[in-house]
Amino acid sequence: MTMQGETRQQDPILELKDVGKRYGNIHALRGVNITVRQGEVTCVLGDNGAGKSTLIKIVSGLHDYTEGSMSLSGIVRRFGSPRIAQALGIATVYQDLALAPLMSVWRNFFLANEIRKGPFLDIPTMKRVCGEELTKMGIVIPDLDRAVGSLSGGQRQVIAIARAIYFGARVIILDEPTAALGVKQSGVVLKYIAKARDAGLGVIFITHNPHHAYLVGNHFVILKLGHVVLDAHRDELTLDQLTAEMAGGDELAELSHELRGVQPGKVVAPHAVEHGGIPAPDGAPSGEA
Amino acid sequence: MTTVTATPTDDRVAVRPLAARFLGRPEVGALIGASAVAVLFFSVAPAFRHVANVGTILYGSSTIGIMAVAVALLMIGGEFDLSAGVAVTSSGLAAAHTAWYFGLNVWAGILFALVFSLAIGAFNGWLLFRTGLPSFLVTLGSFFVLQGANLALTRLIAGGVSSNSLNDMDGFNSAKAVFASSFTLGSVTVEIPVVYWAVLTLIASVLLLRTRYGNWIFSAGGDPAAARAVGVPVVATKIALFMGIGFCAWLMGMHNLFKYNNVQSGQGVGNEFIYIIAAVIGGCLLTGGYGSVVGATVGALIFGMTQLGISYAGWDPDWFKTFLGIMLIAATLVNLYVKKKADAR
Repeated sequence: MTMQGETRQQDPILELKDVGKRYGNIHALRGVNITVRQGEVTCVLGDNGAGKSTLIKIVSGLHDYTEGSMSLSGIVRRFGSPRIAQALGIATVYQDLALAPLMSVWRNFFLANEIRKGPFLDIPTMKRVCGEELTKMGIVIPDLDRAVGSLSGGQRQVIAIARAIYFGARVIILDEPTAALGVKQSGVVLKYIAKARDAGLGVIFITHNPHHAYLVGNHFVILKLGHVVLDAHRDELTLDQLTAEMAGGDELAELSHELRGVQPGKVVAPHAVEHGGIPAPDGAPSGEA
Repeated sequence: MTTVTATPTDDRVAVRPLAARFLGRPEVGALIGASAVAVLFFSVAPAFRHVANVGTILYGSSTIGIMAVAVALLMIGGEFDLSAGVAVTSSGLAAAHTAWYFGLNVWAGILFALVFSLAIGAFNGWLLFRTGLPSFLVTLGSFFVLQGANLALTRLIAGGVSSNSLNDMDGFNSAKAVFASSFTLGSVTVEIPVVYWAVLTLIASVLLLRTRYGNWIFSAGGDPAAARAVGVPVVATKIALFMGIGFCAWLMGMHNLFKYNNVQSGQGVGNEFIYIIAAVIGGCLLTGGYGSVVGATVGALIFGMTQLGISYAGWDPDWFKTFLGIMLIAATLVNLYVKKKADAR
């Protein structure tokens, strides 16, 4: 792409330098350096417990960091609350979606960003905008007064994403947005990530699926046990390398070597098994990978 | 494989019929209950049918309703206030003792009581947020603190179990006109708290359903973590709700003070549950995030009708609380049933 040379020189919107986070004795994140530029998709990958959630909680204002510094547009910031992060133009799609189940669709969509006419809510406008934004995402909910709790998981996911895309002014963060979705809806979400990038937003896409990440990402960061283990631009990496790195590189090679012994494809005659009747695999108790 | 023409509507979700939408409203259970109680006493108590008694019934309801409005908002916001009953008495005593002990104009006492009541509310909310304890425990604590202070300070200042009478002090008559007067409307005598009750119901209802603050109340009760994550100032919202209880306790305390010229220091204990009952009958969930102010007002009306209906019908008033308990459980079951029917996808 011809744009790349220019965009890479642009000043980062969000820059984390040596950021760390301790919860008491637990060091959830250590020495994390990440730069997010507007008009780019930064993918953060990592296995369970890698520190992805801690990272987005820091960026979205839910938690403060305990080490290092985070700057937004060159100014060092500590967000006291998500409200402050939002006011500065950072919108987040949380993994648990952050939707109040008993509230209606449109009330959830505009929660904390209500459109008002004088002191009162401008309900017709809010319903119209909410309906339009959801239709753009490919779902139609005929009754926007319906409680969010009565909708399907996919519909809820789309509401949360539509909300962040609508309100994100500078940066949007998506925490595992495709984890609960089918193939088609995942495609819609990935297209929206690209759209948000085209609109000039800085997108942080957190996922454990390297295939999804590689479809839209400009920049890839892999976290492992609270550290950044890979920080590479798309030019420097292929999907296979990303997948390999994600799975732990050398560890994957060892794992596939070990699994060779299980004879995939083998079929055994059916048996009833007594409780505890399945033996441990060879070499398991010794624990060495 | 067949291709469906591209209408983006999901035909699995039917538009809910109008009746289901109506039944889905939180106050429906209370309305059904109120009609049932009204029909019952209309048929068994001749005095209940007198138009003149409407004023008495409304007055009885308003003494619960004013507080029930604030309690309903707080419950929708996901919290309880067990100190709400004695807070009314505390507010009345604060005004009476301040004015009498310092020999001030009555209005100075009233103003002090307002600040005092709002401060108790703010303190309850702040303590909740600082300690992270459930509001049930925090306000149970303040309930006992206030109950003891009411008795002890009254004995210390007035030397007995009731505050000294204020009726010869400056400003008493104007204060009585504001807090405890009445006027006639046709053949009905309307006590002023009924007017306050109606106005509070209207304001609180608009606040809840038509302002962004109402949106924050629903979310703070329904899912506080989610609300905070999307930027709702949950702590400030809840503290404001506790202060709303303080304000209503002050209004009710001033009415009691100027209606009877003094306040009994042991009053108000147990009323907190009646406010909660009114709110629950009105469709508020104990878990928060759902409910209605109008429902709580109808719940208070049920309370007023039952209280007077029992005595008009010549029944033993000892049964009143039993009746109230049955109403509570019945209303909750109706609410649950109606909600299930309406929410059925």
